[in-house]
Amino acid sequence: MNLPPLVLQAFRQPDLLISLSLADWDLLLRQARSANLLARLHVVLDERGLLEKVPQQPREHLEWSHATAERHTQAVRWEVSLIRKALAKAGVPIILLKGAAYVMAKLPSARGRLFTDIDIMVPKDRLNEVEAALMLHGWAATHHDAYDQRYYRTWMHELPPMRHVRRSTVIDVHHAILPETASIHPDPEKLLAAACALEEYEGLKVLAPTDMVLHSAAHLFHDGELENGLRDLVDIDSLLRYFSTLPMFWPELAERAVELELTRPLFYALRYATKILHTPIPRDTMDAARIGRPNPFTMALMDRLFTRALMPAHPSCSDAFSGGARWLLYVRANWLRMPPFLLARHLFHKAFISTRAD
Amino acid sequence: MNVSALTFSELGLRLKQAGIFLQTGSFITHLQTSIPGVAEGVSLLYADYPLLEQSDFADFHVSLASPRNLRRWFKPQVLFLFDGKPPFKPLPLDQAFPMLEWGLNWCVSSHANRYLIIHAAVVEKGGYAAILPAPPGSGKSTLCAALVNRGWRLLSDELALVRVSDGQIIPLPRPVSLKNESIDIIQQYEPDVIISRKVSDTMKGTVAHMKVPTDSITRATETARAAWVIFPKYQAGAGARLEALPQARAFMRIADNAFNYSLLGVKGFEAMAGLIDASLCYDFTYSVLDEAIETFAALKPPAI
Repeated sequence: MNLPPLVLQAFRQPDLLISLSLADWDLLLRQARSANLLARLHVVLDERGLLEKVPQQPREHLEWSHATAERHTQAVRWEVSLIRKALAKAGVPIILLKGAAYVMAKLPSARGRLFTDIDIMVPKDRLNEVEAALMLHGWAATHHDAYDQRYYRTWMHELPPMRHVRRSTVIDVHHAILPETASIHPDPEKLLAAACALEEYEGLKVLAPTDMVLHSAAHLFHDGELENGLRDLVDIDSLLRYFSTLPMFWPELAERAVELELTRPLFYALRYATKILHTPIPRDTMDAARIGRPNPFTMALMDRLFTRALMPAHPSCSDAFSGGARWLLYVRANWLRMPPFLLARHLFHKAFISTRAD
Repeated sequence: MNVSALTFSELGLRLKQAGIFLQTGSFITHLQTSIPGVAEGVSLLYADYPLLEQSDFADFHVSLASPRNLRRWFKPQVLFLFDGKPPFKPLPLDQAFPMLEWGLNWCVSSHANRYLIIHAAVVEKGGYAAILPAPPGSGKSTLCAALVNRGWRLLSDELALVRVSDGQIIPLPRPVSLKNESIDIIQQYEPDVIISRKVSDTMKGTVAHMKVPTDSITRATETARAAWVIFPKYQAGAGARLEALPQARAFMRIADNAFNYSLLGVKGFEAMAGLIDASLCYDFTYSVLDEAIETFAALKPPAI
């Protein structure tokens, strides 16, 4: 594979898309769809006024996905308003995370981004109150198995996902951004303290710009959810480009990573955003982020794994090692999630006990 | 060139190797499979559909394959793959062709959001379309199959595509799906009709598909305007009876049968309102097909 996949060229230099042949468009749409980035591609073209220049057949597909994305944004706003109502009485500050935060804070990253669950973060000592209030308003726990309950409540950084009985929407209530059992502990207090209120929505907050990037990095490069790997990297790219106009954003980013124990995820995020999406990042920030660089051996290995696993899961973007790379990173993510003994126990339970119960 | 220009073995070989680019209505499907049952169905029911020699673009890249697991030795299965990914669980191998049909419906109904998509049959005469929305068991497909064998043009058996921009109905003529008793009823009603091999024990019972009259296929780019919304109901022993339906009621019932009504938001509402405004709405009870045909022949288009 000499040329990078079309979908990468598309996000690096959208202007070049107008010269694509119809066969290229066919392939690009397939890559973008499998990476859950089709609606995002519509946005990128629309922002540059290039949609008109896309041949009619592929443009049709972009319009289709755009309709889905528009509806999605509306649905997220509505859902968040209901969550806010449900929690109003408890008077708990609600921090929106990831997709829901981008939508409510009207960040460019929200445009054309599709996701299923709404993630919020609340102080740990208010968890019970929040859970009770949500249950009172129709959200019910999804994992009833005693082991799963313990897994979430004792070891994880979130309650078991709750699903609304009538709307079937899912909310994840977090009290931290990484599991309790992980080796690094970004302090939730610090995140809460720096969070920014949303002017139009009383009681709703989002993470501070640096923290938003760091959370996204932690989610992708520590927690290891790579199903939407490229989509998440596109988020990071978009956040970085957007926040780069804030005066103190770049100097604070690496410092904040140190405070939150997230230097390694930040290093990877910046490295792969520049490598894969050509995100413009100031030299000084790149240098400061080197504090999170792993040893050369690990670095070489991670380069090989991430440059594969962050591609769309489409045959045209894969080679013989892509599947293996994803699997190894999945193993790595679990390794980082819990200490070895706990992990062994967890895997044993999942393999031999939970499956039997099904 | 049409699919019929290939011999059966040529078709089978192409399906197996690079796949074929099949035009159905305004969509191009790239279909690849080495399952003989699918080749048989395609050769029988898609003979008159345009086959694109070499296409740079396909709306849907679809393949059917047997999952490579142990099961294939004693209980072989088939997977429908949308660009390599299965949106559904596998089915018994015998159901491969019906699965292709269901899968192609899914391709359109879950992507083509430029249209308000209603679960309904659509037939046309003189430029006026009758939309037959379908709660299951209503006898919609039987009625639709009978109508297209008596001079009505088939726009679609399953998916009414209402173009959001101008309310026109876009044809998507694909084989008509018949279930259980209706297979024999239609075979007797029109002995010349071509029907695929019956497949039993599917989630819808025994199913077979009827070939669409050639005229409907060649006119697949001719749109039509909505004139009637008719909710058919088969009722044993009943005489054919058309009963006017208040528009508001028709609106709510048709919205229940739409795939992407809420997804389209305001546009969906406007398209639906336009459709109902332009149409005369009826409940229709029948038991004898000939009587139903007579009733449809006597339909008057709405005054403008």
